[in-house]
Amino acid sequence: MNRTLKSLALFLGGIALGVAAAGLFMLFHSSLTPQELEAWDKDGVVPGLVMQAGSIGFGVWFLYLVGWITRSQIRKQAGAGFGKIARSVAGNALMILLGLWFLWRMFIQHPEGVLINPTLFAQYIVDGIRLGFVYALISLGYTMVYGIVRLINFAHGDVFMVGSFTSFYAIKAMRLHLLPAKLFPSLSQWVAITIGTVLVIILSMLVCALLAITIERVAYKPLRNAPRIAALITAISVSFFLEYFSSLPEVFTSNYIIYEQPFKVVSWKILGVQISNVTIIIILVSILFLLLLRWIVYGTKTGKAMRATSWDKPTARLMGIDVDNVITKTFAIGAALAGAGGVLYAIAYPQLIVFMGIMPGLKAFVAAVLGGIGNLTGAFVGSLIMGQAEMLSAGYILTPMRDAIAFTILIIVLLIRPTGIFGEPEGEKA
Amino acid sequence: MLLEVENLHVYYGAIHALQGLTFHLEEGEIVTLIGANGAGKSTTLNTISGLLRPREGSIRFKGQELTRMRAHDIVRLGVVQVPEGRKIFATLTVSENLDMGAYTRTDPAEIARSRERVFASFPRLEERLNQLGGTLSGGEQQMLAMGRGLMSRPTLLLLDEPSMGLAPILVEEIFSIIQEINSQGTSILLVEQNANMALSIAHRGYVLETGRIVLEGTAQELRDNPQVKKAYLGEA
Ligand SMILES: Nc1ncnc2c1ncn2[C@@H]1O[C@H](COP(=O)(O)OP(=O)(O)OP(=O)(O)O)[C@@H](O)[C@H]1O
Ligand SMILES: [Mg+2]
Repeated sequence: MNRTLKSLALFLGGIALGVAAAGLFMLFHSSLTPQELEAWDKDGVVPGLVMQAGSIGFGVWFLYLVGWITRSQIRKQAGAGFGKIARSVAGNALMILLGLWFLWRMFIQHPEGVLINPTLFAQYIVDGIRLGFVYALISLGYTMVYGIVRLINFAHGDVFMVGSFTSFYAIKAMRLHLLPAKLFPSLSQWVAITIGTVLVIILSMLVCALLAITIERVAYKPLRNAPRIAALITAISVSFFLEYFSSLPEVFTSNYIIYEQPFKVVSWKILGVQISNVTIIIILVSILFLLLLRWIVYGTKTGKAMRATSWDKPTARLMGIDVDNVITKTFAIGAALAGAGGVLYAIAYPQLIVFMGIMPGLKAFVAAVLGGIGNLTGAFVGSLIMGQAEMLSAGYILTPMRDAIAFTILIIVLLIRPTGIFGEPEGEKA
Repeated sequence: MLLEVENLHVYYGAIHALQGLTFHLEEGEIVTLIGANGAGKSTTLNTISGLLRPREGSIRFKGQELTRMRAHDIVRLGVVQVPEGRKIFATLTVSENLDMGAYTRTDPAEIARSRERVFASFPRLEERLNQLGGTLSGGEQQMLAMGRGLMSRPTLLLLDEPSMGLAPILVEEIFSIIQEINSQGTSILLVEQNANMALSIAHRGYVLETGRIVLEGTAQELRDNPQVKKAYLGEA
């Protein structure tokens, strides 16, 4: 894996560590009774201190990052292995400690722990699966694009957001989900709504694919032969552009809006666990798309051309493959999946804002790194793990930890196995 | 004339790699370019294939100008390169690598026939169809690279050092296959370090030095040339 990716991830990790530190402080703070709190923190200055601690944590990490990059440069020249071993030991120790602490908290310390309230635990698992499948739809796009142009497309999360908003307008303004019922009144309501929802998803996928093709043509293609960092910075700019452009009242809006689901959400209680039709639909639709993607990549000529292009562009061109075309298709497919993910996410969490793509996007990125960036199976498995990690840490540690955990995982992965679960060991052709 | 290269100038940044190259190839010929390391042989082939753009000069294939065309369109015209160092797609199976060779073609029956022809030349590939390209031995990779190139049914095959890193016996085999391909009607531009072997199968040859042609002639003439003998054939 290249160093740009690592250092960038470490940078994000720094922010995360700050957040995590702040979260742990908050945890301690909230464990006190009001009386204790009164005695301990009369003027309520602690939350402010926490924020400061957070920024200090961030600062320390930033320094560490700079040191790490410098050291890795030195190590490259000297060929010494000590730093690597030290990092690995530190990473493993960190992971084991965190793991033990987490298990202790989950099983023993938490007032609603697994042993006391197993139903709640099952509920978290189910919710985590649902979240994981949505992340899978996003992270596949990250991993495909990275595989083919070695670019972390940070605008991908915002394409996902555009998918959500597109479906919002398709439902609210166009009433697209009701179209089949209107055209063919003889259809049973259930079938008509299903087709209507599928239409909404397809429309969002198309819009996202077109958007991604435009972004690729306008922003990334001119930088194909530029240093990688230039494309990375561009990707971040595109991300900001999409967020703030979308927040204009003429485009979307800068406010939170309530999403109207295309069908009625019903949920059933199975052994005390709430399972809604949304959960089931998300899982089914995601699996369908994942199988479809596998078929495209491994079963079709285009897919083979994608894998060939990913391995070696000049040689792919010598085969008569139009590499630019293949790259465009890759962006389009990745974005279409994110668009579908956007619709499903909005149905599951029916509240939209133009910044809603940032966190799912980053988490899907972490999932892709965790699985081994560039690897489809890896992105899928990584996403399921991320879904669980997020729901369990939100449930058993503290709700804000759901965001910090993603970056904690990122740090650990980069420390002990930067190539991820399914990635080839370093030294392979990049 | 099948291929006509005229006054070709190619730069890598400030490096002037090809300095006014002129040569040609007739239909049905095997023409070899020989030269030391860094002479510009691979640069020449990559420019013909459209991977590099010349600053000056022209390349005409059947009278058609190639220097403005994109690499994948050049392949469609029938000008196909087997690159230096094999460049197998390591993450694709042998079978998929062959499919990539036939990327520009659509008729499945015709493609299947080409496959059979490749297997007739390289039976080893048929035994390893589902093995990943990256796990083949160096010699097998060279066979796959050649087979992959042939899958496009080229009119003109550009071979960049097909003997590199192969055992002598395999070199003999590869060269006899090159001759066989040629006898079936494919013209060949052969780049080689192994001047001896190259001149033994070529009709004509050019000697390249730092981006310029310094000698040309029939294979026999070049083999008899004292300069060539000294510098490239390892004879006193
Ligand atoms: N990508 C590149 N960037 C800069 N210079 C290059 C590049 N590729 C080749 N060159 C230079 O161009 C010249 C010609 O290189 P080329 O690869 O064509 O040589 P060659 O004749 O194929 O050599 P060999 O027999 O070693 O393969 C060399 O001086 C080489 O250093
Ligand atoms: Mg060469």
